[in-house]
Amino acid sequence: MSEISGLLALWLREVKVFTREHSRVVSSVFTPILWLVVFGGGLGSSIVIQGMDYQTFIYPGIVSMSILFTSVFFGIYIVWDRKIDFLKEVLVAPLRRSTIFMGKVIGGMTDSMIQGTIVLLLGPLIGIGYTPLILLKAYIVVFVMAAGLVSLGLVIGSQMESPEGFGMVVSFVVYPLFFLSGALFPIDNLPTWLGYFVLLDPLTYGVDALRGAMLGTSRFPYLLDLGVITAFAAFMIALGTQAFKRMKT
Amino acid sequence: MIVEVKGLTKVYDKEVKAVDQVNFSIKEGEVFGLLGPNGAGKTTLLHMLATIIEPTEGTATVNGFDILKEPGRVRGSIGIVFQDPSSDDMLTGYENLMLHAMMFGVPRSEWGERINNALKLVELTPRANDRVKKYSGGMRRRLELARGLLHEPKVLFLDEPTLGLDPQSRERVWEYIQSLVKEKGISVIITTHYMEEADHLCDRVAIIDSGRIAVMDKPSTLKHEIGERILLKGVGDSIPDLDALSFIKKYEKYDDAVELCVDDASKRLKAVLEAFPSFEKVEIRLPTLNDVFLKYTGREIREGDAAEGGFMERIMTKRKNR
Repeated sequence: MSEISGLLALWLREVKVFTREHSRVVSSVFTPILWLVVFGGGLGSSIVIQGMDYQTFIYPGIVSMSILFTSVFFGIYIVWDRKIDFLKEVLVAPLRRSTIFMGKVIGGMTDSMIQGTIVLLLGPLIGIGYTPLILLKAYIVVFVMAAGLVSLGLVIGSQMESPEGFGMVVSFVVYPLFFLSGALFPIDNLPTWLGYFVLLDPLTYGVDALRGAMLGTSRFPYLLDLGVITAFAAFMIALGTQAFKRMKT
Repeated sequence: MIVEVKGLTKVYDKEVKAVDQVNFSIKEGEVFGLLGPNGAGKTTLLHMLATIIEPTEGTATVNGFDILKEPGRVRGSIGIVFQDPSSDDMLTGYENLMLHAMMFGVPRSEWGERINNALKLVELTPRANDRVKKYSGGMRRRLELARGLLHEPKVLFLDEPTLGLDPQSRERVWEYIQSLVKEKGISVIITTHYMEEADHLCDRVAIIDSGRIAVMDKPSTLKHEIGERILLKGVGDSIPDLDALSFIKKYEKYDDAVELCVDDASKRLKAVLEAFPSFEKVEIRLPTLNDVFLKYTGREIREGDAAEGGFMERIMTKRKNR
């Protein structure tokens, strides 16, 4: 019983902090808009992909990007908890480490889902037509992606000792995941070497699933995509639970 | 015994012995002090007891639970106030306490009452709904003290509870601690490098230096061993035969001054003054824990370094904890 109430406490804290740190919300919504409007609009003025407007084509990719950034960064924020020593207060509670981890995961997923919702609301503005089924399929993907990516961030954050490593994570984890995911280009006719990397990127399947659901064009069937990202999420959650068990104050 | 520590040792990087074969036990309702300079290993010791650092060797029981075998139950039995602020400053005081109640399994029906009582105890009721960001250092410490008590722990760990506080806040924190012990009968382990604090609050102190306990007893006993001293200045050459005065345990002659070591200075003063034909000034020196510390470690705890030392220790403990 106290594990559940502990889980709830950790979640509640994240939600309260998130809704109070307006800069965090604003900046993480601003970046996707910039990509969509400036990059999508700019490049879209001279190219058309698979018979559709470039801006429309990258929209599912931008939704994935906002989930990617919010989720992974959320995880790394645990470094901040350590810095302000709030982490000690949590670790000294009579809770299992796995509970603490899951509390963080659902907290982060909530942030990402809010973020994702804001970006999804932009869809109709650039001509994406939603039906309840499209939205449901999109939300399932966003939900599973967030679970995996928040866990990934937490795994990294639990091993990091200071915020100085933040830039490294952005360069070596976040950007490669983003650029290799096919968020910005179709993945059908890639050079062989690049194709392999793209297929190794779990985000590829999230983007593909969203593109299939929203635009009706995808490389893999929806359920296959969903299967891959679910497996990724399950793996990251397992890894994160272990990482938290070994985490020091 | 509510706390029993057996051969507890922590070695960092295979050579630095932060805590070295420490043994002690604490009775229920006792206030036990770990007194020592910064970097003596007090915080490391406390964190091992709180199960957030693993010992290299040895173990301990807290409230009957082994820190290695049942860390969850140990954590449920203790309350801890860390040296550095550990509340979330984006949340209000009330919210911080509520999250704590939730994490520590306080029954929901009791949240409101306990939180309000805790806030009242540390006189933060009017500021309960302000964000912790807006609190002063002293208020934040008081909030965290209230938080540490919320789940009604058997043992309260206080790590330098008044470090960095102004004298007024310090005295208030002392008052809260004393009233707690009186009202709730909980046991307290307190680490400090303030002599005065240890003397004022603790039933027993362990003087800890370089990870080892140098001596452990009641502050009054420790001070009694040092003895009280009478210092006479400007005595000139007219020094009586001091060996004839049997109550003088020890004496030392300086230029123009004599220092006598006696058991009860105020009682013996009359006899001493009568024995000396002439002197200019007389001074009674009562022993402090600083003298005790000096005697057992050969060094002084330099209170003047506190601010800087505290900062260094923070860096050191941060590094050590990695």
